[in-house]
Amino acid sequence: MTGAVEVVRLRDAVVVANGFPLLSGVDLSLGAGSLCVVTGANGAGKTSLLRLLAGLVSLTSGSATVAGIDLANGDLRQLRRRVGWLGHEGSFYDDLSVQENLTFAARALERPVRDIGPALERVGLEHRTDTTTKQLSAGQRRRLGLAWLLIRRPELWLLDEPYASLDDSGREFFDDLLVDVVASGASVVVSAHDQLRSAALTPRTIVLAGGRVIGDDR
Amino acid sequence: MIRTALLVAAKDLRIELRSRVLLWQVVPFGVMALLLSGLALGPTHAGHSSAGPGLFYLVMLFVALLMINRSQSLESRPGTKASIATLGLDPAGIFLGKSLALALELWVTGVVLLAGAVLVLHTALAGALTALPSIAIGLAAMACAGTLYGALSTGGDGAATLLPVLALPAFAPLLIAGERSFSAALHGGALWEWWVILVVALVAYLAVGVLLYGVLEES
Amino acid sequence: MKTLTQRLLGPVTLVLLGLTFGFGLWVTPPDKVQGDLVRLLYVHPAIAWVALYVSFGTATVASALYLWRRTRSLVVDRIAYCAVEVSTVFIALTLITGSIWGRPTWGVWWAWDARLTSTAILGVLALGYLALRRANDDPSLRARRGAVFVILSAINVPIIHFSVLWWKTLHQGATVFTDNRTLKVHGTMAWTLLMSFLGFTLSFFWLLRARYRLEVATESRCAATLDDALAARRSEGAL
Repeated sequence: MTGAVEVVRLRDAVVVANGFPLLSGVDLSLGAGSLCVVTGANGAGKTSLLRLLAGLVSLTSGSATVAGIDLANGDLRQLRRRVGWLGHEGSFYDDLSVQENLTFAARALERPVRDIGPALERVGLEHRTDTTTKQLSAGQRRRLGLAWLLIRRPELWLLDEPYASLDDSGREFFDDLLVDVVASGASVVVSAHDQLRSAALTPRTIVLAGGRVIGDDR
Repeated sequence: MIRTALLVAAKDLRIELRSRVLLWQVVPFGVMALLLSGLALGPTHAGHSSAGPGLFYLVMLFVALLMINRSQSLESRPGTKASIATLGLDPAGIFLGKSLALALELWVTGVVLLAGAVLVLHTALAGALTALPSIAIGLAAMACAGTLYGALSTGGDGAATLLPVLALPAFAPLLIAGERSFSAALHGGALWEWWVILVVALVAYLAVGVLLYGVLEES
Repeated sequence: MKTLTQRLLGPVTLVLLGLTFGFGLWVTPPDKVQGDLVRLLYVHPAIAWVALYVSFGTATVASALYLWRRTRSLVVDRIAYCAVEVSTVFIALTLITGSIWGRPTWGVWWAWDARLTSTAILGVLALGYLALRRANDDPSLRARRGAVFVILSAINVPIIHFSVLWWKTLHQGATVFTDNRTLKVHGTMAWTLLMSFLGFTLSFFWLLRARYRLEVATESRCAATLDDALAARRSEGAL
């Protein structure tokens, strides 16, 4: 399902870091309320693309507008507040507990702290509130990041290889969550090596190689 | 800005209380450095109270480098950096918060090392107590400067070795003014000129930090 | 194509420096107290003026322009970088000429004088800036961090300026003017001093221009390398 309003518009987007072109000219348009899977081999530029959309790396050349913000000239801090990012490195502070991390984040964005409990229940971490992040498994850290996104409900979700480190029940839980998120009208971009398994999800799939889009089943 | 600063400071201090790096690593390092500096001076000079102020500040300088590194390392892990970036916190507030937490940690360490200077370097207790306000301002200035230099050095090649190269020259005027004001508190002499330097440095680093920390935080 | 000013900069600088050395070594009389040692003063204060104020001032202004979004560009970043490089050389020359003057005057090559110490600190700050530039490859990040670092370092310059007044140690006070702004130095000495200040100031801009052109050439080569890297990256997708 794709909305008429464009939430992502990239034209020949190039990102260079340390002299290496991470993205070598990406053209991409995404409508509001869409689900898009970005696939490709290791080093194709999947993470770099998502980080560009999240405002976590700078655009070197080309044009890019995400959630109405021009990445070349706009306020990237505003962009980062409007999109939701889930990386594969884990989230927040290792020495703080699950509850402390989410309380910090909620207070930073002036979200009600009472929303933390239901979010933790949804992701299955309600019994881990006092566990520090470094004591969580990789999959549990991913769930912590998801809990935060559930509290924030951003208009664009950027999920970098969310299926890595998840077992079968974890993948099933994640697919159910994605169905709910897409149904709520948010746009979701997921990077993955494989296709999404759930029949309830009918994503658009784009293939990256050499830092640009080489396949799009739109 | 102030709300963000208090949030960030509370977060940093909570992490410190949980991890106890200050208690089990930094303070012992400071005490050992103080003892080593006394050994380096030799028995004749080590027990002379005139050595106390300079050695105290020199050790605090190295302690500050450790603490700045620690403060920045909390934010620089890839996952932490990205997830905190999405909060879009006011950079001026982040700067003030991290500086406040760092200043509190330096003050705590400073009190311990000051007691050490009184004990092993024979610094007069009354003079040391008189010097407390100037020490507090000097360490606060160090914290603000350190937060800025820490942000400048993070993420690049050789970040841990880059920090001392950037920060130590800038700390030198603080070392001079701090030592002079501490000595003046011990032995008498003009105090106000050194206070001016310490206060001007503190205000200058605060102003630059509030205005420019956001530039450092841009990706 | 070079403008008239650019074409004249080098020759005028050489003429002024030549006149400075000529007058300083052979025309001006020895000082009644310092003797021939005074001839170093036709070099040292001018070099110090360039090191502390002209070059670092140029770097500070360029850095401030970079930090202001309206004037942010890699041109001003390059100017700041090149100015700090040239400043490092002038700071080193300040300390060397100062030491050469200080040895017969004070009896030591180095004294823990406030101005000497502050100038040495500024020199290490300049080296720190160069280390910071080398630690980051991303041009924008490197420029931003460098600009903030220069602004921070500029805080040190007023401390150097007031250090002689506040500490009153070995280093002499203001060389050229009294507290009432009347000229202390007269006759051929004054003219030679003026020529040296002009000559060394112009030499800074001459060196800055040369260094800037070298930096532009280096970046052009890197840009060509980047174009190749982009082409190679795109070809990965074609395989």
